[in-house]
Amino acid sequence: MPEADPRRGGGAHAVSLPRTFFVAAGRNVWGDRLFQACLYAMVALFVAIVAGIVGALVVESLPAARHFGLSFVVGQDWDPVKESFGALPFIYGTIVSSLLGMAVAVPLGIGAAIYLAEIAPFPVRSPVGFLIELLAAVPSVVYGLWGIFVLAPFLRQWVQPALGSTLGWLPLFKGPPYGVGMLAAGLILSVMTVPFIATVGREVLLAVPNSQREAALALGSTRWETTWIAVLPYGRSGLIGAVLLGLGRALGETMAVTMVIGNRPEISVSLFAPGYTMASVLANEFTEATSDLYLSALVQIGLLLLVVTVLVNAFARLLVWTVGGAVKGIRE
Amino acid sequence: MSVATRRFVLNRVMGFLCGTAAALVILPLILVFAFLLYQGGSSINLEFFTHTPRPVGESGGGMANAIVGTLILIGLACGLGLPVGILGGLYVADSQDSHLPSVVRFLADVLNGVPSIVIGIFAYTLVVLPMKRFSALAGGVALGVIMIPIVLRTTEEIIRLVPASLREAGLALGLPKWKVTVRIVLASARAGITTGVMVAIARIAGETAPLLFTAFGNRFWHHGLDQPIAALALQIFAYAISPFDDWHRQAWAGALVLISIVFLVSLAARLATRDLQRQMR
Repeated sequence: MPEADPRRGGGAHAVSLPRTFFVAAGRNVWGDRLFQACLYAMVALFVAIVAGIVGALVVESLPAARHFGLSFVVGQDWDPVKESFGALPFIYGTIVSSLLGMAVAVPLGIGAAIYLAEIAPFPVRSPVGFLIELLAAVPSVVYGLWGIFVLAPFLRQWVQPALGSTLGWLPLFKGPPYGVGMLAAGLILSVMTVPFIATVGREVLLAVPNSQREAALALGSTRWETTWIAVLPYGRSGLIGAVLLGLGRALGETMAVTMVIGNRPEISVSLFAPGYTMASVLANEFTEATSDLYLSALVQIGLLLLVVTVLVNAFARLLVWTVGGAVKGIRE
Repeated sequence: MSVATRRFVLNRVMGFLCGTAAALVILPLILVFAFLLYQGGSSINLEFFTHTPRPVGESGGGMANAIVGTLILIGLACGLGLPVGILGGLYVADSQDSHLPSVVRFLADVLNGVPSIVIGIFAYTLVVLPMKRFSALAGGVALGVIMIPIVLRTTEEIIRLVPASLREAGLALGLPKWKVTVRIVLASARAGITTGVMVAIARIAGETAPLLFTAFGNRFWHHGLDQPIAALALQIFAYAISPFDDWHRQAWAGALVLISIVFLVSLAARLATRDLQRQMR
């Protein structure tokens, strides 16, 4: 049956409505359009901001890209005075410090996630989870402050001499103990990323259906066997996603790393040696960039950082989504 | 060792290891807190809240200008982040468009993963370069952009939780769509959106990297939003890497104040969420 238009008075049971009703209805359409326009304006602004971030970085980094080409990412020489810019020491520092951080953070984070989702007694879960979330809320600069005055002296006095005297024959642990350096940066990064891995990992494990656990338990598994056989494989891609989210954060982490890594643009195998990361060089030198080429080179480092972190994050989210739909609580 | 014993032992050992991992994750929190309370608590005093920094060599002085600066920057950031974040979230949750909502949601997730220092570069090219000077405004833009994805995604999730029956009731009474959205949907999602906003504020309150070359920092009271402005996080950074003991103490005190602000806001957000969950049940 076709819809009757009440304004024309058609239809078998047309209700006669007062004229003012239609006047008001007409006005309402305009209200709706105005509101829609507001929404679209904000969405457009948002999209423009995201596009603007990419656009600004690409445009500003063009001079350096034209001037150096590919040698920018393989050059080892960073000399603002001679305007010779090679970003390899920063790329190396970013990758090594992040991997070092992940090497510590992944086992601890996944272990804590398993504990919180599978093993811990129920009254413990919520408070411990809350503490771990608090850990994620501590500002980067506070970790940096702690790193400078607590962690670095501790490493210099106790950890590095001990490592040097026992494992000093490895190139990894050669050199004088400064305290600040790659090791300190890696450790501070592990402290900062572990809450993300633990929190997202817990959410992923909680999203694993209980039938998985019940099936394993019904076959006589112990709790650990249940976790190992039935829960972890189901949540594997989600857990990898959690790790990658942590990695994405480690790659872009700026303040804490800048404060403890030593800020020397050199590539050294030793973890005791000072290093430099892409984010730190931006933090330290951006306001000091005197020439256009210098600034452009720094922006290009920013662009590299953006591309890498976006790729890592996009892949991570894809993996996390595959376990039980979008997992909540993956906000930074 | 029999198979049963081995399984029993493995179960216990792995349980213990996982518990240890959780304890080790929390250990830094306790250590950071202990030092903040110990170092910061001993150097905090009334002067810290009421005075601006003294010149090098003179002891005393405080971070009053930086505390106010941080609050001003948060305000500016909310001016950009809240409208875009909340209306954007409303759009993503509500819209009947085919592709745009998921594109916006994806972009928000991507933006969330962008390092904050890169967003600082964006604000630098957008605001600092044309104005030819560092300004509070540029800092506000940088922090606002960081807020957007957090607010947008929380708003979206909360709006989705509003029962369709509420919306239908409004429409059935003849209310126009926009009025239903503003007076019914947004109103009933208010607590949840507030939570998202507070989470975002807790995040940006401690942001330092994007402010380095936007707000820049200032050792004095600022004069207008087109001037460089101090921020607590910036001041902590500057003092921490300085060679002066007195400044180090001030950095600890500043860090204690900053983390108190961040944790109070986070705690408030968490309590609000708990109320919300009770409401929804």
